[in-house]
Amino acid sequence: MPEFRTEEMLLNMGPQHPSTHGVIRFVVKTDGEVMSCAVPDVGYLHRSIEKISEQATYNGFMPWTDRVDYLAAMNCNVAYAMAVEKLAGIEIEKRGEYLRVISMELNRIVSHLLSVGSVGMDVGAYTPFIHALRDREKANDLIEELCGQRLTYNYARIGGVSFDMPVGWQAKVLAYLEDLELLMDEFNRLITGNKIFIKRLANVGVITPEDAIAYNLVGPNLRGSGIKYDLRKDEPYSVYPELDFEVPVGRGEMGTLGDCYDRFVVRIREMDQSISILRQCFAKIPAGEHLVKVPKKIRPPVGDVYIRTESTRGDMGVYLVSDGSDKPYRVKFRTGSFTAMSIVEKASRGLMVADLIAFIANLDIVAPEIDR
Amino acid sequence: MIVGANPCVRPNPGGHNGGRHIGLPLQNKNMTPEEVYKKLQEFFPNVIFEYVEGAKNAVTGKTTGDPAILVPAESILAVCEKLKVADGLNFDCLSNLTAVDRKDKFEVVYHLFSYQKRHQVTLKVVLPREDTAHVSTVETIWPVANWLEREVYDLFGIRFDGHSDLRRIMLPDDWVGHPLRKDYKEAEDYHGISTTRPPLLQ
Amino acid sequence: MQQLADKLIQHCALLQGLPHELTYLLVEIVFGSLMLMLFVAPFAGIISWVERRVAARMMDRIGPNRVGPQGFLQWLADGVKSLLKEDIVPSSADSFLFRLAPYLVFAGMFMAFVSIPFTSRVIIADLNVGIFYIIAVTSLVVIGILMSGWASNNKFSLLGGMRSAAQIISYEIPAGLAILVVVLMSGSLSLQEIIKAQGAHPWNWFIFDNPFSFCSFFILFISSLAEGNRTPFDIPEAESELVSGYSTEYSGMRFVFFYFEEWANLYLIAAVGVTLFFGGWQIPPSVREWAVGVHFVLPHILEFATFFIKAMSLVFVIIWIRWTLPRLRVDQLMAMCWQYLIPLGFVMVLGTATWIVLFPQGVPLVRYVLFSGTLGLFGYFFYRVVFHLRYTKAELQFNPFV
Repeated sequence: MPEFRTEEMLLNMGPQHPSTHGVIRFVVKTDGEVMSCAVPDVGYLHRSIEKISEQATYNGFMPWTDRVDYLAAMNCNVAYAMAVEKLAGIEIEKRGEYLRVISMELNRIVSHLLSVGSVGMDVGAYTPFIHALRDREKANDLIEELCGQRLTYNYARIGGVSFDMPVGWQAKVLAYLEDLELLMDEFNRLITGNKIFIKRLANVGVITPEDAIAYNLVGPNLRGSGIKYDLRKDEPYSVYPELDFEVPVGRGEMGTLGDCYDRFVVRIREMDQSISILRQCFAKIPAGEHLVKVPKKIRPPVGDVYIRTESTRGDMGVYLVSDGSDKPYRVKFRTGSFTAMSIVEKASRGLMVADLIAFIANLDIVAPEIDR
Repeated sequence: MIVGANPCVRPNPGGHNGGRHIGLPLQNKNMTPEEVYKKLQEFFPNVIFEYVEGAKNAVTGKTTGDPAILVPAESILAVCEKLKVADGLNFDCLSNLTAVDRKDKFEVVYHLFSYQKRHQVTLKVVLPREDTAHVSTVETIWPVANWLEREVYDLFGIRFDGHSDLRRIMLPDDWVGHPLRKDYKEAEDYHGISTTRPPLLQ
Repeated sequence: MQQLADKLIQHCALLQGLPHELTYLLVEIVFGSLMLMLFVAPFAGIISWVERRVAARMMDRIGPNRVGPQGFLQWLADGVKSLLKEDIVPSSADSFLFRLAPYLVFAGMFMAFVSIPFTSRVIIADLNVGIFYIIAVTSLVVIGILMSGWASNNKFSLLGGMRSAAQIISYEIPAGLAILVVVLMSGSLSLQEIIKAQGAHPWNWFIFDNPFSFCSFFILFISSLAEGNRTPFDIPEAESELVSGYSTEYSGMRFVFFYFEEWANLYLIAAVGVTLFFGGWQIPPSVREWAVGVHFVLPHILEFATFFIKAMSLVFVIIWIRWTLPRLRVDQLMAMCWQYLIPLGFVMVLGTATWIVLFPQGVPLVRYVLFSGTLGLFGYFFYRVVFHLRYTKAELQFNPFV
């Protein structure tokens, strides 16, 4: 009998592929359906934002920060603004902080809705995705009323935020949150508790807590591995210490600790927490100035600062170097997607092609955030 | 009789039980960078460290920047290993690794963080500003350094000795130059594609 | 049909010179194709519109509503557009096989419609091996799909084709076993005979005949979904994984052929299910007597309407499932077939055989219990729907054309 020889197949997934969520490429080595590894290739969306920062003034760079992670633009805005404020020693008023937190948490809901929806879509359930987008649109409308933009908000300013709340906006947001809770219930019944869905995600793409720390996974991905660490809680910034909320973590409910389902559920639960934070913010927001007076040309002292904030994709670090002029000497964004992407090669060994798609979607990777 | 939503699919019964805290989240367990510096000097008496104060506001005199510890390039690997394993330090996480082009020198910056002790420290390695600038990789200590170092190599041209896969990460493999250097001049074209465009307004 | 041909031979001088068998064949082919083209082709198109509108409603969207009243002619516009599109054959593809594959897929599906009994008279060929014939010719689709996957010279297509072949071949076994249950009960392979063996009233349908046939229907239904590449078994064309699976490289009309097959298949799955388990076109004898009194065509119209409504209800269920459930993974899909459905199928065959031996006349009580049990389940289902609607405070729109 002649001996059969099998070969590994090289499958080039991307840069244009329906489920790479942007422009990412994977070189997948498969033996039939089972992969031996998937090597990510990034850089297709590199827009050299860090180089651009060298030519922009401190205030003028703000719109560029939107583009770092367009799904969590507000969080990037605030991270950058906080870095400049810290280095320049600018203190902002409570109202400005509250408005920042309100828009950040609304932004978190927007971002997580898209994330959980697209996980559904990538395992073949389209309806939940469209439902999530529908609810997301309503939140986008609200954000548009607040800052005039639906995606790239450019809302934070060094010293506060650009506009105060419009009249009647608060009631609209609260009404939306009421609706959202019910719609999330419906969403959960439709997909989160679905047997096939659980089967597709449970025990897939397991990341151990040790790996999660070694590869510096952050945010929901880290908490999905069972590590209770949220910068909003553990190293509080802004007005988060005044707010009461829980940090949901993965518990391996349907399979192994740190599998895709844990990460998915963490995001679902974080949305509930965001709803609660928003309600508290509206109850506590004081009167005052939304924007403090800062000089037109901000000249922080010579030196550098590194701050970390909890963006929707986790720990967003901004490393800011000043040379004393009115332009940043160097700005570096440390993003959650970048480190999440670097674990793909390790964690994807032995997965099936279909699992890889679920796994990538589940890490909530946003291509521009990887490449910047 | 059905009361309320189906509880089995509403996965939020409080959402806070379970999970584990690594180490102690107590504030008084933290070490300041200065204490870390002293501890390091104890561990490595032969290595010359330098403690750099954070930036100070000229008017108020308050410290607003981050302090840093300067580490000689040749001992960074040993120092990092010690920082990770030494009791009381436990820097189990490399939060960020980047570089700054200071025109007369390169600075490789390491932001370390400890989930167990909840403290953070900044290390800096000064390298000569040459194309041959190189420093040992810390990939073996924190796997995340693999990609972070690739990014620094790509954008600054600093080599990391012992790195397992030192290729460009953001830019194409045949790109000329390292864009985040201050003296970087963009080439006129890349494979016949112009990198400039005429101004919109004449 | 033969009478028609005889008349033609008498009146047409040209045909008299030919052997009679050849004339019969020609007439069969011409009329058969006409009927199929006039019924199946628009029907697949209309189903595509139905699917898109239903999906849109489920997703809270609007769906196609521009071409014709309520977008009803969308399928026609899409068809014309695809026809005018450039037909691209990739330069590295196996050109001959690449071109051939859509026809095989198309032919396999169309040939199956030959023995679908729309009414007691309207059937192109009441084959005495009808159901066997349908299983056989639909297998041609697999060859077409595998061929398209291979000939495209694209790894995604190849994976899609392989997945499809593995899936369809596996699921033919439980489907065949479930069909065997019906054949046991009716004692015939002919679809008309199978329908005649059932009654017009729901409790006389094969599905409620005994517990084993009740389960068999679900085995058949699941297997047909898998054979038709429908969600949750649509892994061969899983958009998010394989771009578009075996049809990735196709464009223009060739691409449409694959989708045509899918939608025609939707109706075929439903039609086979209705024929085997839901009494087909059967209408109550009293209604038939009344209808014959009115006009001799009326009973046929009623029969056709009965069959159509039953089939469309099943089509709706299939669409509904598609837009509700996520997709299974390929190993889970295979495990489901080989570990659960096939053993269960054997149990059903044995059980039905035993049942027939024990109760040759059937047990009316069991029929009534199964029927009322199903009704009860429907009742509970609607109760839950109403509850959820109240809970989410959704506005209920009864008008399907909003």
